[in-house]
Amino acid sequence: MVITRTIQWAIFFAMTPAIFGLASLYAAGAQSPADGSLGERLYLTQCAMCHGQNGEGGRGPTLARPKLLHAPDDDSLRNVIRGGIAGTGMPGTRLIDAELRELAAHVRKLGQVRPAVLAGDPKRGGGIYRSKGACAECHTLSGNGGAFGPDLTGVGARRSPQHLRESLLDPAADFPRGFAWIRVVTRDGRAVTGVRVNEDTFSIQIRDAAGTLHSLWKADLREFHKDLAKSPMPSYRAKLTPGEVDDLVAYLANLLEAK
Amino acid sequence: MKLLVRLLVLLAAASALAQVPYERIRDADREPGNWLTYSGNYASHHYSHLKQIDRTNVSRLKVAWMYQVRGRHHFETTPLVFDGVMYITDPPSDVTALDLRTGRPIWSYRRNIPQGAPVCCGQVNRGVAALGDQIFVNTIDAHLVALDARTGRVRWDVEVADWKLAYSMTAAPLAIRDKIIVGVAGAEYGVRGFLDAYDPKTGRRLWRFWTVPGPGEVGNETWSDDSWKQGGATTWVTGSYDPELNLLYWGTGNPGPDYDGSVRLGDNLYSDCVIALDADTGRLKWSFQFTPHDVNDMDSNQIPVLVDANWKGTPRKLMLFANRNAFYYILDRVTGEFLHASPFARQTWAKGIDARGRPIRNPDSVPSEKGALVYPDDDGTANWFSPSYSPRANLFYQNVREKGGVFFKVSVEFQPGRLYLGAVKRDITTEEPYGALRALRPLTGALAWEFKLQSPPWCGLLSTAGDLVFSGTMEGDFFALDAASGKLLWRFQTGGEVWSNPITYQFEGRQYVSVASGSSLIVFGLG
Repeated sequence: MVITRTIQWAIFFAMTPAIFGLASLYAAGAQSPADGSLGERLYLTQCAMCHGQNGEGGRGPTLARPKLLHAPDDDSLRNVIRGGIAGTGMPGTRLIDAELRELAAHVRKLGQVRPAVLAGDPKRGGGIYRSKGACAECHTLSGNGGAFGPDLTGVGARRSPQHLRESLLDPAADFPRGFAWIRVVTRDGRAVTGVRVNEDTFSIQIRDAAGTLHSLWKADLREFHKDLAKSPMPSYRAKLTPGEVDDLVAYLANLLEAK
Repeated sequence: MKLLVRLLVLLAAASALAQVPYERIRDADREPGNWLTYSGNYASHHYSHLKQIDRTNVSRLKVAWMYQVRGRHHFETTPLVFDGVMYITDPPSDVTALDLRTGRPIWSYRRNIPQGAPVCCGQVNRGVAALGDQIFVNTIDAHLVALDARTGRVRWDVEVADWKLAYSMTAAPLAIRDKIIVGVAGAEYGVRGFLDAYDPKTGRRLWRFWTVPGPGEVGNETWSDDSWKQGGATTWVTGSYDPELNLLYWGTGNPGPDYDGSVRLGDNLYSDCVIALDADTGRLKWSFQFTPHDVNDMDSNQIPVLVDANWKGTPRKLMLFANRNAFYYILDRVTGEFLHASPFARQTWAKGIDARGRPIRNPDSVPSEKGALVYPDDDGTANWFSPSYSPRANLFYQNVREKGGVFFKVSVEFQPGRLYLGAVKRDITTEEPYGALRALRPLTGALAWEFKLQSPPWCGLLSTAGDLVFSGTMEGDFFALDAASGKLLWRFQTGGEVWSNPITYQFEGRQYVSVASGSSLIVFGLG
């Protein structure tokens, strides 16, 4: 029921629901009760659309990992499911305690699934990120890089490899909630183009390609254009070979936490 | 002797403080300096005759004081104000009395809520009722509590329903002559709804009207098999009252399960209705169903606005009702006769409304495996937040949510205390929902003007004789518009989402406007 209109595309990736680690493989499932039938039903109807049928991830983070950093124990996992995470795409739920327990147990089971092996070479992918791909011009990694695009620090823990591949080849296919490409002209003739940082009934804040923030009153604007389907990111379909895309996906998918 | 008389007069004056006899509420329009009942008056106009703050000076509004609450859930209170004190509720079910001069608390009632009390939409509370020297509050664990207005001490505390069955209470009670009227929530959990009346002195229950008729009662035939037992039709927003007719008017909520009509064939009376009850007996005088056999969670828990007007040349007692289903209705409130319906927002669930007021449903709006796109979504076009009617501007003001959703059918099975829904709703990601404050011509529903909002609001409206309309946004703005034209005159960034109804009052000769935003109760006055 609650729709929070936090519109911060630039830091969207950094604010997604849960960050995962790799420790204690397959151990977490033992914390939860065994009966997952109701949990599975709840998962498929309420979670799978973002997190994937088997927890492989998508728009939402991969859950098929043994340990969830924001949910290291069952209590915190239930709290995340119950309350959601403010400022992200993760909503709260209206489940009662018994349902929460069973859904959490099912999520733990997903953590026991062995992750898929990726085709690409992450080391080569890192080189492409820094050179041919020029990704750092717009994206931040561990505190370094541009501020125009989303922070990619730890993105491998928040997005599935399939979603990362799709974002490289067809950037407009899936936007973070609240994203918008804005072009305005002020009454004194100044034009500003960029991505929306925030917007309300009376004002808008825009970050341009140089990373400069512009805060404007709507009453002072002569023109206001908003495009929800345009991505400032170029497609890499023609810029990289299929093998290079594999490598870059492998690199991004291995960015599991801040270095 | 003179001294004795003076003393007696003084004593009488002191005891008159914190005394709200029924007649004061009935005649609330005669003392606009106070806010004596949830919607301002029994007709639920949410309008004030105060006019010290007006179009010419509203730009000088400044914060006079603030009070911060500690609750973690939405702060949805509508304050009551009288005799120098403001009474607010803060989530989950606490009450605080604030000194109007300083904003300092006088007393607080803190309630411990049982762990795991199930509520669909937050442990919230929307306000108190006052009658005599008592304050009444509904609690999230489904109790009605009477407090001493001077001290906050509990006079009595009665269980209205069993919270373990997922009954809860979030609305302000309605105090009438000799009864406290309370409604319940819980229709997302398959409870059976009702409306109750209690004796303000003792807490004894005086009557109960089941909003889902049992076997042998008229209306039970509109539920297939035993589905009436989980029929929902709860009463979770405060209703209205006509003292002359002695009728209570109350909106009822969705049938249970919310989205799967296949297990409850029929019209499902009295879900999604407005019911008119004899206030003495609780007997049904008439009902009108806005959304028969609802499968999109279109609770009719909005506020019936009572207006006396000339309807096509004849003076009539009317009810104006901006429904969650996106249609604006006019009914005769004596008989329940349907007079008019017209859409006031985008809707796709109905192809229209027939001459008797019955909708012609669009079959594509039924939740399905592949997903049914429906406008409005299950938060509705209108919801619990209050409309406002200005007799001076002769306009009906409504905050509107313009937002669709896709409903995917899922299996459903009833178990007491568990959610009983039958579908999952997804937001549409390819467009941005938005909101609007719309001014409608009360007797036609025609749009006079609108003020667009960045996102769908959860704030109610206040209009005043200063020719102003006040509202708030989800991005934290609280603002005033010209009531006649919709022109923006003043705004203030509160820093929190506004989930409440603004009110106004006068204290020591000065008018104030108050609204809850984020965790703050903010009071504005002319600087």
